[in-house]
Amino acid sequence: MDIIVCLLLFAGLFFFTGGAVGILRFPDFYSRLHPAGKLDTLGLLLALIGLALFNLHHFSLGTLLTSLKIILIAVFVFLASPTATHAIVDAGVRAGLAPWTKGEKRR
Amino acid sequence: MWKRESHLLDKKEQKNLRTGDLGNSNKGRPAIENPQSRRLFFYPFFLTFIIMCGTWVVLSGKFDPFHLSLGLISCGIVAYLSCDLLFPSPKIRGLLGQWARFARYIPWLMCEIIKANLHVTYLVFHPRMMELIDPKIVKFRSKLESDLALVTFANSITLTPGTITVSVSIDGDFKVHAIDKASGDPLPGAMEANIAKAFGEV
Repeated sequence: MDIIVCLLLFAGLFFFTGGAVGILRFPDFYSRLHPAGKLDTLGLLLALIGLALFNLHHFSLGTLLTSLKIILIAVFVFLASPTATHAIVDAGVRAGLAPWTKGEKRR
Repeated sequence: MWKRESHLLDKKEQKNLRTGDLGNSNKGRPAIENPQSRRLFFYPFFLTFIIMCGTWVVLSGKFDPFHLSLGLISCGIVAYLSCDLLFPSPKIRGLLGQWARFARYIPWLMCEIIKANLHVTYLVFHPRMMELIDPKIVKFRSKLESDLALVTFANSITLTPGTITVSVSIDGDFKVHAIDKASGDPLPGAMEANIAKAFGEV
């Protein structure tokens, strides 16, 4: 059980790191949103599943409810994260920022 | 964005008004005069009420009569006010089947998300990342019809890494920002087919 929890947490951390590095490395606003908005979503999902499992270590009604709440967080993030990303991209398009294309200098 | 969407909705309602089809536009609550519409109001209300009660119990975690009765009262009020938000069309027949189909769509989506996440992580850590990526805006027209299917499709595109939905029109015109060729090319493809299946629009 502990091994599964550790694996899930480390996988989550790996994707979080990927997201952070991606924000620094990608060339422009739009491509930076790719790792920022979504590697984080999967990282968060894995980390939360790990925590929910760890919380069920001493099984009782109270811990079960807490685990359900943790899963609820994941559900709401899955609904909210793409919507927020879409809103940010839409704001960029409306402000008239042209996407970076291959061969340009990075911004 | 919200303003535009509400405007679009208004347009749709106007269209409904013109054709005399009031089935889908929920301006105000269904009138409770004849038994038919009372039943149409009751089912969405009851389903919303059950969902709200489940959420209340999970979030409060207290089972004494005082907290439970408080929960019942507030769930009743919220369900009365907002049942037409959760179930916009009062067609209840086939709702369970629709949920079952949607539940089958979720594991497929998770699988796609994980595959695509690994792809973007590979791009992020690749030393010559700048040569691999080739961002461009992909435009296509979707065959999906209902609003809910379009929203699900747009959110699924954004959830799978490598692609972000830039804009959707109510007719199904998509603009998608794709990070490289491999993420942009499969669109709309399999995902659209699966969503069409999930919403019964095959």
